[in-house]
Amino acid sequence: MSTINQSGWRPTSPEKGEGSSDTFTGNRALMLEEPLIFEIGSNETTGVDFGEAPSGKSRLGGLERAKPINLPGLSEPEAVRHYTRLSRQNYAIDLGLFPLGSCTMKHNPRLNERMARLPGFADVHPLQPVDTVQGAFEVIHQLAHWLVTLTGMHSVAMSPKAGAHGELCGILAIRAALDAKGQQARKVILVPESAHGTNPATAAFAGFTVEDIPATAEGRVNLDALKARLGPDIAGVMITNPNTCGLFEPDLKAISDAVHEAGGYVYCDGANFNAIVGRVRPGDLGVDAMHINLHKTFSTPHGGGGPGSGPVVFSEALTPYAPLPFVERQGDHFILVEEETAGEHHAGSFGRMVAFHGQMGMFTRALTYILSHGADGLRQVAEDSVLNANYVLRAMEDVLDAPFAKSGPCMHEAIFSDKGLAEGFSTLDIAKGLIDEGYHPMTVYFPLVVHGAMLVEPTETESKATLDQFIGAFRSVAARAKNGEPALKSAPHHAPRRRLDETLAARKPVLAYKDAPKAEAAE
Amino acid sequence: MSRYFTQDHEWIQVDGDTATVGITTYAQSQLGDIVFVETPDAGKTVAKGDDAAVVESVKAASDVYAPASGTVVEGNPALADNPALVNEDPEGEGWFFKLTLSNAAEVEALMDEAAYKDFVAGL
Repeated sequence: MSTINQSGWRPTSPEKGEGSSDTFTGNRALMLEEPLIFEIGSNETTGVDFGEAPSGKSRLGGLERAKPINLPGLSEPEAVRHYTRLSRQNYAIDLGLFPLGSCTMKHNPRLNERMARLPGFADVHPLQPVDTVQGAFEVIHQLAHWLVTLTGMHSVAMSPKAGAHGELCGILAIRAALDAKGQQARKVILVPESAHGTNPATAAFAGFTVEDIPATAEGRVNLDALKARLGPDIAGVMITNPNTCGLFEPDLKAISDAVHEAGGYVYCDGANFNAIVGRVRPGDLGVDAMHINLHKTFSTPHGGGGPGSGPVVFSEALTPYAPLPFVERQGDHFILVEEETAGEHHAGSFGRMVAFHGQMGMFTRALTYILSHGADGLRQVAEDSVLNANYVLRAMEDVLDAPFAKSGPCMHEAIFSDKGLAEGFSTLDIAKGLIDEGYHPMTVYFPLVVHGAMLVEPTETESKATLDQFIGAFRSVAARAKNGEPALKSAPHHAPRRRLDETLAARKPVLAYKDAPKAEAAE
Repeated sequence: MSRYFTQDHEWIQVDGDTATVGITTYAQSQLGDIVFVETPDAGKTVAKGDDAAVVESVKAASDVYAPASGTVVEGNPALADNPALVNEDPEGEGWFFKLTLSNAAEVEALMDEAAYKDFVAGL
């Protein structure tokens, strides 16, 4: 024998049937238990060494802090590890399919990121002299042109920072337009049952009274009920198209005509624009205002990945009331139209939504997305998002009840109900089961018009292979819920935490970290 | 004493010109675990159909309508600390508020227990 294994390394197959053993740390290999940041580090530790501040006479007059503030003290590696560990317990679009309905969780292209990091876009300041940010202004102006063209509208306010902020912007413009006409008595906004949940909240927040319009059995706006309610007290209607049942509202033009005839305005929630971008121009359907979620349709990061951005497009009728500022072109120069420089075009502007121009980083990403797709590419985005949603709908309708499957093809999202699940099993159990399968659950219990709703929006960025794998998992979990498999009631079994007690969390919420008794509380 | 029911799943127990209002067993089963109840202040006047109270479950927040017109005598003080009473005993200890009726005849348009039972069976 020429060689002999002296290292002692003898790989063996793990023996089957061995029970899982508890670890000393509570960690399970790469699944790490992480304490709160207040529970690690100490007051004596800091990531940065500053010299002692020079002592001087305090001018706070008795308001000086008397006790230590008790901020968590961590060294740099401790701080980096804390947040990296937490991030590993999260789910993200970069990890897998994110089927959250009405949220359009599509892939965020890396080209967008590259462009947004160019110093001329990333390092600009809103108070810089206009001559030094001409490139950034050109991006805003070009993006505005695309948004106005794609929607067939008259103008766009770029500054609103997200969907609900955009809704508020549109509704405030409607209020300003009505006030300018002396129609303060128009106080009612009609909101169909199939609209987004933020719509009634927006209208109420802006001081309007909200009234529901019922849905038809096919999941669409009841046109007759809406027409019957129109009158001199109606300020407008907020409608979502395609709606939250995943259906196109074919009567939107008729609705707009009727609302306009009655003296009101039409707000369209553009959250679901992905299904119709490049195919339908809301301006042609009589819409007066619509927000566009750049973080949905135009692929900028969503949620924790970056701020949202919700530009609002306006019809000619509402344009004079849109919020400032605007970037406008003068020859080959771009200017910022603000209060001092606003001409008669913006005489009725209701004010500002934010202090400055909006989300520059998102504008750069969205324009990159648009330019890299082109008009034909954007049309294909809509087609493929609808195709993918219909693929999921038809692949699931034999195991889950699909209440509007017979209404024809769905748009960008497929909806299912909890009808037919075993006694005691619910939509929540299916959602929790999907967590164990490694997916973020779909939107659940919304829209309210479908009992136990499950709203799945795959988006166009998922391949058939990815969809097939998801459908396999979804079908398996749905079958377990139909068969009443007891283990599903306590899912998730493999997540960092088991099923949480939502009732207890709502009845006895703990909203503030309570310091350990020995430490001094922060003021 | 007689008890009436609305199509919006409130019950009202009438005793002379005073009445007690709550939500039905069916309503609490649909809402799921109740986590918060807001009852009206004593002295508030409500018209039939007005928003009178708010009930919030893990699933949703809903308005509770006044089944009849009148003046609020008191809200159920027990619900502030223990909203679960609405799940445990919706048509008894989990009552929402008491009213002095301004028009006792209004309740006659509501359903009696048998009619409500049929109504729920048809949902």
